Formats: sequence, C-alpha cells, structure tokens
Amino acid sequence: MSALSTNITGADPTAEPAPVEDRRIRARRLTLVLIGLLLVVSGLSLTTGASGASLWNALSDLVAGRELSTMDRVVLLDIRLPRLCMGILVGASLAVSGAVMQGLFRNPLADPGIVGVSAGAGLAAITAIVIGGMLPLAVQQFLGSWIVPVAAFFGGWGSTLLLYRVSTRGGHTSVATMLLAGIALGALAGAASGVLVYYSDDNQLRALTFWGMGSLAGATWTKVLAALPIIALALAAAPFLARGLNGMALGEAAAGHIGIAVQRVKNTSILAVAGATGAAVAVSGGIGFIGIVVPHLLRLATGPDHHSLLPNAALLGAALLLAADMIARVIVAPAELPIGIITAILGAPVFLWILLRRRGDLGL
Amino acid sequence: MITTLEARNIRVKLGRKEVLHGVDLTANSGKVTAIVGPNGSGKTTLLRAMTGEVPHQGEVSINGADVAQLQPWQLAAVRAVQPQSSSIAFPFTVLEIVRLGLSAGLSAADSSVPLKALATVGLAGFAGRMYLDLSGGEQQRVQLARVITQVWEPIVEETPRWLILDEPVASLDIGHQFTVMDLTRSYAARGGGVVAVMHDLNLTAMFADQVVLMEAGKVAKTGAPAEVLTDEALARTYGCAVPVNTTPPLGIPFLLPQARRDMTPHSG
Repeated sequence: MSALSTNITGADPTAEPAPVEDRRIRARRLTLVLIGLLLVVSGLSLTTGASGASLWNALSDLVAGRELSTMDRVVLLDIRLPRLCMGILVGASLAVSGAVMQGLFRNPLADPGIVGVSAGAGLAAITAIVIGGMLPLAVQQFLGSWIVPVAAFFGGWGSTLLLYRVSTRGGHTSVATMLLAGIALGALAGAASGVLVYYSDDNQLRALTFWGMGSLAGATWTKVLAALPIIALALAAAPFLARGLNGMALGEAAAGHIGIAVQRVKNTSILAVAGATGAAVAVSGGIGFIGIVVPHLLRLATGPDHHSLLPNAALLGAALLLAADMIARVIVAPAELPIGIITAILGAPVFLWILLRRRGDLGL
Repeated sequence: MITTLEARNIRVKLGRKEVLHGVDLTANSGKVTAIVGPNGSGKTTLLRAMTGEVPHQGEVSINGADVAQLQPWQLAAVRAVQPQSSSIAFPFTVLEIVRLGLSAGLSAADSSVPLKALATVGLAGFAGRMYLDLSGGEQQRVQLARVITQVWEPIVEETPRWLILDEPVASLDIGHQFTVMDLTRSYAARGGGVVAVMHDLNLTAMFADQVVLMEAGKVAKTGAPAEVLTDEALARTYGCAVPVNTTPPLGIPFLLPQARRDMTPHSG
C-alpha cells in the first residue's frame, strides 16, 4: 500500500483488497514449498556422507532386483536413515519450541537455547546419564533408552516454569529479565553439569562429551524411537495452541477477554516446549538458534499467525537442520563438525539483528 | 430475564491498601453507563474488577449470571473489553488484529464484520496496514474495532451483549472522539449495554445515560448526567471549582473550567 492511501475517508470498505487472505494463501503455498524442500533435502541427506555409499547405487540395485551390498545397507539403513529421521524430529522440535515459546513470552527473542531451557534439559539429561549408570542393572534395563529423554523433558519443564515465573509479571514479560534469567539458568546448569562430570566414569564421560557437542552423529534407531513419542505428543499439541497464542499477542488479559483459557494455553505451551526441547536435547545435545531463525524468517514471509507459523516452522526447521547437518558432514570430511557450530554461525547474526531492531523495547 | 451488568460490594486490595471499599454498580442494557472521577478514585480498578483482571471480593453478574461461574469463552460471547492500552507482540496487520475478535480467531471463515467494524471507527482502508506502524490514536481505534467485532450484534437470542471500555477516547482527536461516542450510543440504542470509564466530563454529559461518580474508592453519586454533574459534587470530588452550565435546547450540562486566578481562594 502506498503512503497516499492513508487518506481514505469515504473509501468503500468492501472494495479493499484482502491482505490477510493474501498472507493466509501465501502461507498455505509456502507449506507446499516447504514440504517439497524437505523432501529434496532428505534425499540429498541420504546421498551425502563420507563413505562412498550412494543412494543411487542402492536404488538401482533395488530396482534391478539385486541384493544390496552390505556396506550400502549398513550405511543407508543403520547410519544415514536414522540420522535423517532424527534430524527431522530434532529440527522440527527446535523450531516449533522456539515459535511456541516466543508466542508464550510474546517476544521474538525467546528461544529454549538462549533462555536456558535447553541448559536445564541438558543438566537433567547429564544427571540421568551419570546417576542412571549408578542404578542397579535391572533398573537400568527397565528404564532402557527412555531415561535420558524423560529426564530431559522434566529438566526442560522445570526451567521453563521457573523462567516464566521469574520474567513475567501481571501477564507482561520483561525481555531483559527473561534474557538475564536465561543467562543465570544456563550458568547454573553448566556448573552443575561440570560437577557431575567429576562423578562419571570413562564410558559416561565419552557419552557426555559426545552429547555436549550438539550433533546428530550419534543417531541410532534406539534414540529415534526414544525421542519419537515425546516429540510427536509435543508437536501434536501445537495446532491446538495456535488460536491461544494468537490471542496472547494482545496480552494475557485481552486474550482472556476474547475467550481464550489463558492458563490452559500457558500450561500446554510450557509442556509442549519442555517435551520438544527436552527430547531434542536428549538425543542431539545443544543445537542452538534453529528456534530463533526459523520462526523469524517465517514471520517475515507470511506473518505471525500461529495457525500457519507452527506447521511451517516444523517443516523449515527440519529442512534447515538437515541442511546444516550435511554441511557439518562434508565441510571437513572425512571428519565432521559438530552441527551446533553451523547453526550458531547461521543463527547468531540473526539473533543480533533482531536484538538491534528491538533495542528500544529492551531499554538498552 | 435480567439484562443488567451488576457489581455488588466490590472490594479490591492493591498490596495492603484497600482501594475500592465496597462499590455497587448496576448498568442497564440499552444505556451508556459512564464511570467518572478524579485520578486514583478507582474507576479503572472498578472496571478491571468487573472484568476479572484484578482479584476482588464481591460479586459481578452479567445478564443475571455470576461471572465467576462462566468459562472465558462463555463470557467472551456476551461481553467484549477494551483495555486502556494494548501492546502487540508481533507484526500483525490491522485486519488480523480485528479478526482476533471473531470467535474462531484468525482461522475463522471469512466474515465481513471486521471490515465493517473498521469502517465504523473511521479506519476503512487501513485493513492491510501494519498495526505497529499506526499512531497511538489509530491503534486505539483498531482495538475498538476488534472489540466491537467480538460483540457485533448487540442482541443475540434476546440477550443483550456488552461493551466494556476503559477510556475509549483517551488519545483521540475531537472528531474521532465523536465517532467513538456515537458508536457507543448507537450500540446502546440497538439494545446492547455499554460501560465506559471516561475522563472527559463534557463528552460524558453528552453521551451517557447514567453517570457513576467515583471518589476515593467509593461511589459518590449515581444518576443521570444532570443529576450527578453538579457544581457542588464536582467541586467536592475534584477539589476545584468547575461551574456547570446547561446548553439551551436540551439541557445537557457543560463544564467550562475557569482559570485559576478567577477562582475563589477556597474552592474545595
């Protein structure tokens, strides 16, 4: 719209082009584009890697009715496919947690990684790894691979609750308090994790180090299956939050006045964020910035309506994380970079950019 | 059937201090009820107690139903509330904000109500603008459009609906003050109820059917504008001389505050 159209007295309201409808249609089109993108990136991800195994060879073997070579089978089915699945789950989780948390805190800078929720989940995960190893073998076998993701979920839940209590007063979130509380939570979790490292044995230490780097490299079907139910539940809650989170943009009181059960939306949001972040952190360590970058880009493209923002965030988050994972795998091949480095290089400038544009609101 | 908005013996404590000392208020549908009073007299607190935003003792009922027993969506179906100020977290367009007033929110089927509502507050043509780019007065009218979208039909199934407004004309120019006050009048004329906290006593005299004058956390006086807005009542509650005159044809009171030097030394 041009600046001239501000002077509109007497304009026929029905002659108005409908810009919301435009954004909604654009958002729907974007969903299709993102599904396509995710399929392409998934295909690429299966064919990319240090080993010579190739999806195309494997496919042509399959089409020709030949047995897969052992190497192709191992590389594709036991290494790359679980890694692909985990990348999709983790990427979608991180992006959706970011979007939900931003809606809940009414702030585009809220992200589980930045405000200490990931750190809280991580501390609980480390505790589970270390303490879990001290439990009797029978108990360990009973809890199985679930103990770490479940612990991380509770860690994430506790830290989200704490953060919300600290930084929100009368339905208004202070950005500065939120970010500072996040720093404190992160430091506290880091210190406690450091202490736990002293009590861990060599095997646990290896698990911790590997886990702390933030990587999809440890992907196994066991981990995928351990994380899947929690993440699926958390993501399934997201569509029911869309209307509530839109209303929350008006403020808590106003959201209540338009008929939203505010407390329920808050509780569900916190559980969804804790579940998605916790499970993602448990299987892949701390991978930052996906939760900031993805919702921000989508809001620029199609607006802040959570009905489209949440599903599109899941798709773009998955695609972006798979892309980052491919870069991490090939850039220093045959070794690989921790994926957290790639996402930080992509994400930190975006974070700073948002911060810069919102300096006024922060009173800086 | 009961068609009133009632508050009974409302007490509110902010911290340890009680700021409302047992306030009663009855607003009738089909009327505009204005709550007036000096700063700190408890106008906004009363409104916020009635909308459930501040913890309070006492009862509030709407069309005979106890507000405390209603779910948020049931309440939202009979009354809409405009807060004094609204900050929006994300870059929504004007039309998106107004559509939030529809009961299904942004996922609602297309409706002509939001555009009509924008037109009634003088914002036709603003639908595609970014809310955050608007001036304060324009934002306030967008919020009002959202609020009237929520209760667009004043009467549904023979039950009146309510507009509850906290200083709806606070940052508006005089032309838009009239637009908004006319809107409240026509809403009441069509059977809906309007309760508004007002600062401007002249607008109140012109547009309100009933005036509730607050003083130090209590109701000082209730009645028609001509009964409530008198020299003595205003001098006592506001602590300064505000001579009240009446306009000739209709007998509507109007106030013309005098310059300080023209007042008697002991005005209160």
